[in-house]
Amino acid sequence: MYHWDFEFLWGFRKLLFIGLGYTAAYTVICTVLGLAIGLAVAMGRLSQPIWLRAPLRAYVEVFRCTPVLVQLVWFYYALPVLTGIQISAALAAILALSLYGSSFYSEIIRGGIISIEPGQTEAARALGMRRFQMMRRVVLPQAFRRMVPPLLNQSILQLKNTSLLSVLALPDLLYQGQSIAHETYRPLETYTVVALAYFLVLLPATIWVKRAETRLSGTAHA
Amino acid sequence: MTPSLHPIPMIEVTHLGKSFGDNRVLRDVSLAVAKGEVIALIGPSGSGKSTLLRCLNLLTVPDEGTVRVGEQSLTFTGAATRLPKDAVLSGFRARTGMVFQHFNLFPHMTVLGNVMEGPVTVMKQPKAQAAEKARALLAKVGLLDKADAWPDQLSGGQKQRVAIARALAMEPQVMLFDEVTSALDPELVGEVLRVIKALAEEGMTMLLVTHEMSFAREVAHQVAFMRDGVIVECGPARQVIDAPAQAATRAFLARFHEGRLTST
Repeated sequence: MYHWDFEFLWGFRKLLFIGLGYTAAYTVICTVLGLAIGLAVAMGRLSQPIWLRAPLRAYVEVFRCTPVLVQLVWFYYALPVLTGIQISAALAAILALSLYGSSFYSEIIRGGIISIEPGQTEAARALGMRRFQMMRRVVLPQAFRRMVPPLLNQSILQLKNTSLLSVLALPDLLYQGQSIAHETYRPLETYTVVALAYFLVLLPATIWVKRAETRLSGTAHA
Repeated sequence: MTPSLHPIPMIEVTHLGKSFGDNRVLRDVSLAVAKGEVIALIGPSGSGKSTLLRCLNLLTVPDEGTVRVGEQSLTFTGAATRLPKDAVLSGFRARTGMVFQHFNLFPHMTVLGNVMEGPVTVMKQPKAQAAEKARALLAKVGLLDKADAWPDQLSGGQKQRVAIARALAMEPQVMLFDEVTSALDPELVGEVLRVIKALAEEGMTMLLVTHEMSFAREVAHQVAFMRDGVIVECGPARQVIDAPAQAATRAFLARFHEGRLTST
């Protein structure tokens, strides 16, 4: 029977917190960038000209239908060969995760917008609203309520995906765990604590999402 | 009651045509509405009456013909016409009030917010001024006490009265009503019709698509019967409803009265 001993990890607590810090920072950067790109892509796909819609659709499908780990490795190893520009592991990671996230975010945003009943946009147009006024005053406020829960869920996935950054030797939580495990030859305890750390961050987040979901699914104005 | 006859009609539609795919919904329709006149559009479903109404504020863009409301006029000449710019369309629509069958109130705004929305967002009125006017309009439709309520707390009849107040807040030159009582429980129809009747008495120029024949007969000056995308017959309300000249109108009204009798 394996003898579990977690005590030695106390000496590495600083390293684990640094790792958690990197995980949080990459999550925030890639979520914000992903949302911004996703919003732009969604708006582009909802616009009229086919020359804009078609390539954006292709973009979304490419990033949705390839594994994020493959994208990560591709951005780090293949993109520099194609472009001749060497990029750092951090930049490759941010690019891959943001673009990957944006493909999902854009679909959530687009879905939220097209779920608004045509009667709402007709009423807005009948009042004489311009297209952007209709978006800002009528469509987006209603669509936003429907988008928030799936956007939060996707952001939780973003956080989990940052664990893949360890392949590029970026010092996130999992990477710190790997180095501790190598150093101490105690992978079982180390990875258990790493898993627990992710869990402790994400459990409150999912509970929060659940709450937001029930609150927003009530009456439209609650 | 006949409206004083102005030489130039308030609304003028000439040679209007519209197709959805192979389906020709409007064929060479022409219609004039004098200032202060109320015209009811009647006819079987699919006859094109709602499309005609929607063409008047360009929620549906006609394929061909001319639409004029007040001083603004737009001409369409088939596939060659480019869709008017967003600014032109919204400017045109701001002068026509439209009320829909399914109310289409904004659920994320209070009743007062709904009525203020057009003046504040489109006409850039100060909020205090818009709120004051909105309250006056809500009082007019008998819903001042609901100013702070949310749309989903209202009955259908109340929602429709708010929708009328919302359209009136833009101070439109004409009001368009698209089967505004069709989605209401029978006992709620009266309160909405009373509001429309009061508007007619104030001299508002109105076009209404309706299945309420007795209301059309009582309130409208003219009734136009449509079938298969054309106006078959148009004349004084009582004449068209009580003694229609065309066989098609007679057949429609006969079936309509039968339906009324069996359903009650």
